[in-house]
Amino acid sequence: MNDTYDLRIGESHIEVHKFHGGTILLSVLVAVVLQSFLPIYFAKVAILDLPLLVTIYFGLSRRNPSTGLLLGTVIGLLQDSLSKTPLGLFGISKTVIGYLASSIGARLDTEHPIARFALTAGFFVLHQGIIILVQKLLLAQPQPWFTMRLLVACLVNATLGVFLYYFLDRLRKT
Amino acid sequence: MVALPSRHRSLFLLIGVVLLQVLLLAVQIKRDSQGRLIRVWTVSAVSPVERSGAWGIGKVRDAWRHYFALSDTARENEELRRENGQLKLEVMQLQGKSAEADRLAALLNFKQKQSKVPMIVARVIGSSADANSNVIYLDQGQRDGIRKNMGVITPEGVVGKIIESFRDTSQVLLLTDRDSGVGAMIADSRIQSPVGGSGEPLLSMKYVGNDDEVSVGQRVVTSGMDRIFPKDLPVGTITQVKAGGQYKQIRVRPSANLEKLEEVIVLLTTDPFVLKQDAPPQAGASPLAPAATSVQPTASATTAKPTDKHP
Repeated sequence: MNDTYDLRIGESHIEVHKFHGGTILLSVLVAVVLQSFLPIYFAKVAILDLPLLVTIYFGLSRRNPSTGLLLGTVIGLLQDSLSKTPLGLFGISKTVIGYLASSIGARLDTEHPIARFALTAGFFVLHQGIIILVQKLLLAQPQPWFTMRLLVACLVNATLGVFLYYFLDRLRKT
Repeated sequence: MVALPSRHRSLFLLIGVVLLQVLLLAVQIKRDSQGRLIRVWTVSAVSPVERSGAWGIGKVRDAWRHYFALSDTARENEELRRENGQLKLEVMQLQGKSAEADRLAALLNFKQKQSKVPMIVARVIGSSADANSNVIYLDQGQRDGIRKNMGVITPEGVVGKIIESFRDTSQVLLLTDRDSGVGAMIADSRIQSPVGGSGEPLLSMKYVGNDDEVSVGQRVVTSGMDRIFPKDLPVGTITQVKAGGQYKQIRVRPSANLEKLEEVIVLLTTDPFVLKQDAPPQAGASPLAPAATSVQPTASATTAKPTDKHP
């Protein structure tokens, strides 16, 4: 079986990447554990959303909307379990992000750092937007749509994403 | 039956999965349940890694502080400088140990002095995976007698309360969280008002009327009205007072350093007990210094075992 194959949409050829066994599972666990663990020692790290970056990366790389959204669901529910939020808050938002990342990944070449930065920033804002929407509509917890912290978090996560994706690229099967 | 194109299949799957989670949310709101089983699984899977991580980071940090951070300096300098570095190393080690010993001694003294109040010292091993909620995880849980709604403090002051207790781990809602609150009063004037978090480092004192006299620097202590914390535990110090519509807008800096918690005390009782202060705390001394406090537990609080009753 081929490790990688091409999706042909119109004239474009977009490669679907595969990873060494256990890479996705391990990456997800490391991201969730670090997200929960590091802020004890470095309070500022709480601004990062490592599980979201992992969801976006594997969505963009695998380019299969079904697996992308299911991976997003699992990661989101794991994150919910380790927070005080009701189960489903992060689950819903990461499900949607996983689906969109996979769908966009199947149509565009998302290997360039600038494209990755822009996509991560966009997904970050959308992710926060979904969370706030769910909080407002379903949980009756009004939250502000925009804060400076959100803007800073968006830029920081997008920047980190570019470097993290570069590292995760090394784990692909060649 | 007509087969759906792959793109539509995933779209239907998306709609199905999102709807399922919306239902999950609705069930939790309706039944006030928090999907405990899934949380127990996740916490059970993650907490051993966090424990190991806390241990590993402690070792790495010690090694970094005590050796590597100084090794560059040592290489760059002559023998005397290296000797100097070694001396610095020893001083740092001693300072680190001294600080840790002070911290643990304060906890131990507090625990010994309040021997009639069941309590346990726990180590912080994790925090929330969500940047918007201020939650920490402790390395002790139901097996150690920790139950939901028990108070969590440090010798400096109130930290928060237990919101979930698992077998070997428990989850603490910090005072700074938006959903957090504690019955409090201003120490001098005894004006009572709940103090709550706002998701920021400072707390808010919410219902103090514009006519009441409040000034910056006044101490805020627990009122005991929430039946979680005993009366007169330090909550914080007022840092800002502004006139508001109906109530003053008062900001309070927490007494406990909630951003750098390593060990905490869990009060292993949900029954009310009274903490009497014989003398006001001295400057520089821990607000809960043993010499300044004595505990008069109510009859029910003298039980060695914690109870399952929630306030």
